[in-house]
Amino acid sequence: MAWLSTLVSKALEKVAVTTPAQLRATGILSMNCRNLNYISRYNPRRLLPLVDDKLTTKRMAEKAGVEVPKLIAVIEYQSDIRNLKSVLDPLQQFVIKPAKGSGGKGILVITGRDGDRFIKASGDSLSFEAISRDVSNILGGLYSLGGKTDVAVIESLIQADPIFNDYSFEGVPDIRVIVFRGFPVMAMMRLATRASDGKANLHQGAVGVGLDIATGHSLRSVQRGQPVQQHPDTGHDFSALKVPHWHKILSLSAACYEMTDLGYLGVDLVLDKNLGPLILELNARPGLAIQIANGQGIEPRLKTVEALSRHDLPIAERVAFSQQHFGVLANAAPQDSGGHKNTTTFRSS
Amino acid sequence: MKGRFQLGLMIALLIVAGLGLTLYKHFALGFPLLGKDVSTVWSIEAWVSFKAEGEAAQASLTLPDQQSDVWIMDESFASPGYGINQINDGGQRRAVWSIRKADGRQDLFYKVKLRLESGLSPNVNDQPEAFIAPVLPEPYQTAAQSLLKQVTESSANATSFASTLLGLFSASKPDQNVNMLLGMTDEGVKIPELLINLLRMGNIPARIVRGLHLEDGRRRQPIVDMIEIYDGDQWHLFDPRTGQSGNPKAFFLWQRGAKSLLDVMGGVNSDVKFSIISQQIPTRDLALAQATQEQAALIDFSIYALPLEAQNAFKIILLIPIGVLVVLFMRIIVGLRTSGTFMPVLISMAFLQTQLLPGLVIFISLVSIGLWIRSFLSQQNMLLVARLGAVIIVVILLMAVMSVLSWKLGITQALTVTFFPMIILAWTIERMSILWEEEGPRDVLKEGGGSLLVATLSYLLMSNPVVEQLTFNFPELMLTLLGLVLLLGQYTGYRLLELKRFYPLVRAARQPR
Repeated sequence: MAWLSTLVSKALEKVAVTTPAQLRATGILSMNCRNLNYISRYNPRRLLPLVDDKLTTKRMAEKAGVEVPKLIAVIEYQSDIRNLKSVLDPLQQFVIKPAKGSGGKGILVITGRDGDRFIKASGDSLSFEAISRDVSNILGGLYSLGGKTDVAVIESLIQADPIFNDYSFEGVPDIRVIVFRGFPVMAMMRLATRASDGKANLHQGAVGVGLDIATGHSLRSVQRGQPVQQHPDTGHDFSALKVPHWHKILSLSAACYEMTDLGYLGVDLVLDKNLGPLILELNARPGLAIQIANGQGIEPRLKTVEALSRHDLPIAERVAFSQQHFGVLANAAPQDSGGHKNTTTFRSS
Repeated sequence: MKGRFQLGLMIALLIVAGLGLTLYKHFALGFPLLGKDVSTVWSIEAWVSFKAEGEAAQASLTLPDQQSDVWIMDESFASPGYGINQINDGGQRRAVWSIRKADGRQDLFYKVKLRLESGLSPNVNDQPEAFIAPVLPEPYQTAAQSLLKQVTESSANATSFASTLLGLFSASKPDQNVNMLLGMTDEGVKIPELLINLLRMGNIPARIVRGLHLEDGRRRQPIVDMIEIYDGDQWHLFDPRTGQSGNPKAFFLWQRGAKSLLDVMGGVNSDVKFSIISQQIPTRDLALAQATQEQAALIDFSIYALPLEAQNAFKIILLIPIGVLVVLFMRIIVGLRTSGTFMPVLISMAFLQTQLLPGLVIFISLVSIGLWIRSFLSQQNMLLVARLGAVIIVVILLMAVMSVLSWKLGITQALTVTFFPMIILAWTIERMSILWEEEGPRDVLKEGGGSLLVATLSYLLMSNPVVEQLTFNFPELMLTLLGLVLLLGQYTGYRLLELKRFYPLVRAARQPR
């Protein structure tokens, strides 16, 4: 019967399909499992609107002392658009985003002025009418989930840390950390490409780079699910990528647990040139692509955290635990049952 | 874990309840599970006629009783001016019509409706009466005795005795004993009567039975005489003309025993004739009528108590759970993306009205046109909701134009886009427009294509005649479906499409770093 199974596995390889057994062995979390066992269980439904709304998140963060980009103004009603001109006139750069949008949808980034016109990050210039039309669309609920009416948030532009200039095509690269019950368990960096229209959105063609939780060093990189070695537009190799201020990033992410009480959380951060790590937004339903970017399944790490007897540890201890147990590269610490030491331990049939 | 146990219990209860009620309805109440959708119902009308003589008149007719493999559904009398009684005359039911004064030609009617259903056996206590072996006048007695001796020697038991005896009488060249006995017919003795006497002389209980061969469209049928003999255990039917034993197909026994079929007092020239018609009735309606007769509570409180129009609407509504199950399966197990959970079900219901291929063509073309209009309008400065409203109105105008054009051209398919599919189309265009604005054309293709694929699969399942029949005849199956849906909600395994999505990850994981 062994010949039959090799025949089947060879056939599956030809069509690039794997089997549930292999997925389970790699520890990959499935969508159904994530939804039922983690999101339903650890994210109280009534708290989700707090996180889906960027404005509420911002206000929560400011109250909790968690650093976020500065809020300039909020446009709530169509009638407020009359005041928009006076708000925008003194500004050289700003970001307008829908409060209830998800992903990178509807975000307008203005990096400069040309007289009366506004220059986008891509170099295109917009008139004021175009901007007020966009704001009007935001208020009409174009970008919010389910078309609900929305508010437009105007915040200060983030000056991206130039350390990532070699790895990104326009836009600001962001760092996504999955925080489970307050423990950072997995992280990746998202770098914009021309294909993704300058947006750090994996779905639209940005590059995802898995980051080692212990050190912030890059692990591997993927674009649209396929591995890549270099940035498709700048040509730089990803293996030298390392994220600075890593400890601060982990601590900030872990602090979001206290802030929101959500057990399964995705924290998006950016590195500002002057201000350091800032929380951009929070996501109560973080996707599974982070596993592809890391080259590892997330489920063993989640199970390790679940198996702990105590979860109400202070932030510093939680971060230390994660760095000790979930690091992948050059990690001298002994591994628990859940931690992955090295991917070569996976048995090949 | 207690919650999980309760959930598991509920799921099990739902599935078992649904299946259990279904099986009860099928086996106990006779609802058809699959296949045989129509049954034949026979209507037999007995027409009694006689000439009254101006005085009080009374007519009595034997009535049929319960018998094997027959379900008597209904009986009725039509006889204006007459009083009707039913009496039991020594185990045989009789109807007695009486009138104080009647003159001239009289017509009385009795009608019985029945259905042939093998496996039915009446609980009738049918023991033979005691009898004395008759003695025939000479020379017949001698002939009879020598004949009987001959038959006894060449038979083993009661049935073979009867078979042999009848065979001798129906032979083309009867032997001399038989010929002698046949002479009795000249003196007015009927053959079946003769045979009964002979059988009794052979110590076998026998009786005459009268019945009708059920054939559609027969009018003025005479009633047919048969012979039944008792072998100590049960009665066996024999045809005296041919000697064949066994119940002929579609033979309805009217009377057992040799009592007169019709008795008339105060009248002359009496006669009774039978007319037979058959009708095809949906088996479900029959089962329904039966169950209502027996007042099965399950039927009384079910949707069958509703008027027919409401039942027709329900026929379609009851298909929705099937569609929902398909959508859930495709989303949870296969991992297809659809625009919403209910959308594909509604689209497939629209397909039920338009049929699949025309429906697909209309859908894809109208949605594409709608999206094109949307992108044209988005270059204008408009509030979002107004833009969507404009798109919908333009599409509806287009559909009206299309309907008129196709009617003029003789293509009737486009006319099937009626009220309901139009609503679904408008809604789809709205969702696809928003999706285009939010995510881009690629996602529209993915989600739209996924929805259409799931809708098509749903449609194929919902339009399957077996499925249609099962869901309408057994709405209890919805309980089982509910249990299955709850069960699906507990699935935490991998989706089929995830097997493809995570392949690069698994392959990389197997390579040493």
